[in-house]
Amino acid sequence: MAQVRVTVDGVNYADDVEPRTLLVYYLRERLGKTGTVVGCDTSNCGACTVHLNGRSVKSCSVLAVQADGGEVTTIEGVARDGNLHPVQEAFNEHHALQCGFCTPGMIMQAIDFLGDNPDPTEEEVREGIEGNLCRCTGYQNIVRAVQGAAQKMKPGAHAETPATAGVGQ
Amino acid sequence: MTAVAEPGLEVGKARVRKEDARLITGRTRWTDNIVLNGMLHIAMVRSPVAHGTIAEIDVTAAKEMPGVVAVFTGADLDAEQGGIPCAWPINGEAEQPRHVSIAVDKVNFAGEIVAIVVARSAAEAKDAVDAVEVDIDAIDPVLDMDDALTDANVIHAGLGTNKWVTFPFDSVGAGTTSGQTADEVIAAAENDPDSVVVKRTWRQQRLIPAFMEPRSVVVDPTGEQLTVWSATQVPHVLRTMMSMVLGLQEHKLRVIAPDVGGGFGGKLQLTPEEILTLLVARKLSRPAKWTETRSESLVSAHHGRDQIQTVTLAAKKDGSFTALKFDVKADMGAYFGLFTAAIPVFGAFIGPAIYKLPAYAAVFTDVFTNKTPTDAYRGAGRPEVTFAVERIVDEMAVELGRDPIELREQNWIKHDEFPFTNAGGLTYDSGNYEAATEKALALFDYAGVRREQQERRESGDPVQLGIGISTFTEMCGLAPSRLLGALGAGAGGWEHAAIRMLPTGGVEVVTGSSAHGQGHETAWSQIVADQLGVPFEDIEVLHGDTQVSPKGMDTYGSRSLPVGGTAVVKCAQRVVEKAKKVAAHLLEASEDDLEFTSGRFGVKGTDKGVTIQEVALATFTSHNFPEGVEPSLDSEYTFDPENFSFPHGTHLAAIEVDTETGRVHLRKYVCVDDVGSVVNPLIVEGQLHGGLAQGIAQALFEEANYDEQGTLVNGTFVDYTIPSAADLPSFTTDRTETPATSNPLGVKGVGEAGTIASTPAIVNGVLDAVRHLGVTQIEMPTTSQRVWRAIQDAKGRATEETPVDTHSPGAGLGSIDPNNPQGEVQ
Repeated sequence: MAQVRVTVDGVNYADDVEPRTLLVYYLRERLGKTGTVVGCDTSNCGACTVHLNGRSVKSCSVLAVQADGGEVTTIEGVARDGNLHPVQEAFNEHHALQCGFCTPGMIMQAIDFLGDNPDPTEEEVREGIEGNLCRCTGYQNIVRAVQGAAQKMKPGAHAETPATAGVGQ
Repeated sequence: MTAVAEPGLEVGKARVRKEDARLITGRTRWTDNIVLNGMLHIAMVRSPVAHGTIAEIDVTAAKEMPGVVAVFTGADLDAEQGGIPCAWPINGEAEQPRHVSIAVDKVNFAGEIVAIVVARSAAEAKDAVDAVEVDIDAIDPVLDMDDALTDANVIHAGLGTNKWVTFPFDSVGAGTTSGQTADEVIAAAENDPDSVVVKRTWRQQRLIPAFMEPRSVVVDPTGEQLTVWSATQVPHVLRTMMSMVLGLQEHKLRVIAPDVGGGFGGKLQLTPEEILTLLVARKLSRPAKWTETRSESLVSAHHGRDQIQTVTLAAKKDGSFTALKFDVKADMGAYFGLFTAAIPVFGAFIGPAIYKLPAYAAVFTDVFTNKTPTDAYRGAGRPEVTFAVERIVDEMAVELGRDPIELREQNWIKHDEFPFTNAGGLTYDSGNYEAATEKALALFDYAGVRREQQERRESGDPVQLGIGISTFTEMCGLAPSRLLGALGAGAGGWEHAAIRMLPTGGVEVVTGSSAHGQGHETAWSQIVADQLGVPFEDIEVLHGDTQVSPKGMDTYGSRSLPVGGTAVVKCAQRVVEKAKKVAAHLLEASEDDLEFTSGRFGVKGTDKGVTIQEVALATFTSHNFPEGVEPSLDSEYTFDPENFSFPHGTHLAAIEVDTETGRVHLRKYVCVDDVGSVVNPLIVEGQLHGGLAQGIAQALFEEANYDEQGTLVNGTFVDYTIPSAADLPSFTTDRTETPATSNPLGVKGVGEAGTIASTPAIVNGVLDAVRHLGVTQIEMPTTSQRVWRAIQDAKGRATEETPVDTHSPGAGLGSIDPNNPQGEVQ
């Protein structure tokens, strides 16, 4: 057994794990963070994407012990103070999900991608999320949602602010 | 005080989905999330051999592994396991080969279950799988349908042949056309200088549904009812079928489909794993869970398509079609699933598509091979025939030197000819192919793209341009029960709804169709909001649990809205009828003097009125209630459709082919679909997008390949190349609306339209780009390599086969050499 100390969605955990335990199984089976899911066994689908120390990782490709001392954010931890993250909102507004199985990973990847590229073209979005597979949507509305979220997340843009108060363009 | 709905209709509004709230925050209920007290974990040991007899399975070492509770083989479970039947065998007289859940003495495909490990954790169960020693004496596998049909090597000895059935449809025999049969017309046309006959043979490659959520089953045997959670499209079908197969009392079985992550037909099944998880849980008297890995899913969950189609179209030289014939061999794989035998045949009736045909025939031959069983995959029978028709019409246009749109228009059913009974015997209630096509041509700039195509041809541009066309129709709203009965199906095609009016104003809508991504919660809420005049937000849609929704026929065949949605409408009308009696009593008025608008019963010509929620409360208390009236507004309705519904549309693709590399680039995709009236345009557009992606993927990317030993060689997401965002363009989608006349909503169904329509559009476009170079055929998927080879062949240049060892697993799309599909076998 190996010990792992990790902060997940703002809560500190210390657990003994088998060294071979993948981060995704630690999250799901030990911490009950079942919002993060497993979609394949070859790191292709991205359904298990979370943030480790602020960057997106496929949590099926990270050992739990590699997250030791780190900070993990899952889909369950991106809403703050009861407010959805703009990317979550955009997925709803643009009908960017159907069955919803790929959605947690897709949202986590989109958040990370927008951190690197806050104003992406359609082409850039498509390439930025190509490591995350979706079988339902044909991706079109996911692309729209990511671009829509980018507009909302621009400095000075606040979705809640009335238009008269000067919404960022 | 309860709210009254805002005036204005909900139906037709682009409502964002109410079910998203949980899905975007991770508050999900996938089957694999379920943890029960004392739950055991199951892992399956699967045959690595496609065909063979089991010599020995040694489980001794596996039983000693840490955490292992039990190991079972076929011998341990055979007395209880029964056989999985085909519910629509087509050939009702023959005895079906037994489909065992766990092999007993013989294996018939690589991936078949041969042993089950049960352990305290999933990891321990998987570890112990490797310790089970399986000794199988291999027999030559039967992999090719023509080989299979020689019966030199029979897979199911009891059946005595690899051919299950030949299903012939002949329009003269069926009475849908008169005069000569298709065979006679074609034979005469071959010797007629004023006629043209075009005959082609195409392959519908084997595909894998590849829903994103791997299948999972949890069984709890500890309650009064045995409870099964399963990632299934069909909880009701599952309950009934499991009871029949295992001899259980149906009322002692509860089936729950919690959140289900996609299906596309792939979860329309009674699976061996569901049966075995139940047997194990019952034997050990403890809850048990099985969750598959992706690789396990790709090899063992049923596959789709896999046909060889020979298609013949005869026409007069003026372009009018005189006969169409299909001769199809369909690969069943090793065993029957729920609808395996019927899937190809389902296409027979819609085969004439949008065309007026004086003679039509279709022959389907179902063949067993040593491969994973096939069954429903998005479109199920209709994509195959639609591909055949839309491809052969393009071939005929080439033969006659006609514009392919113009030739279609000459032969299609005109909008003023509906209702129209096609040569397959289906009566199309409504449609307007002219309107959809005109809109699509304008959006696409058909003339402009044709001009550019001509310019590129003339300039010898290395990147050539093609236009792909598909003017499809399909049959949705599965299905009129009497028709299913006449075709030998084991069940009806109705759907059930129930509505409960709660005393505090809320409404519970119970539906028998079982959503797994389609957005029923939102769409059904919109329908009920209009019917009852209650706010969208006050409606809760319940489904997927046989204890909550005891009656249903579930979700497949684009049936939910035309059949299930209609049941909801009719059920709501019953609620209003009941409420009207109570309202009349409360208002001291005659029922005839009441009018019901926006959720309120008003006395005509006065301002007196009462809302339906107030009636619900009055019904709850029943203090002041009309005599002789049952104190309940709650209602049920079971709707059985009288006809199918027939969506149609015109799809156009602009396709660039790099003639130097063979690379295919889908530059533009325009589709105008007529799915009838629309409840939620946002959801409809989403369904189309997803459908398009899967149909396009068949044309360009996907194929399940077997090596000569019968091993699936692209059984991971590394090699089974479902498209990513970077592989697809944005689509231009639009609609025309010709309401269906067969249901009160005027809806037709939209789940499969994009998939059915798009595959031939893409292939027609690829060929159109390179046909002037002499290319006449490219197999699907039209990978760069296949296109390049076809161009080289047309130039008379020999191409060398790519050596097997240059194949690189993990290289992504197109990494499988189509001529050496085995790739690197480990």
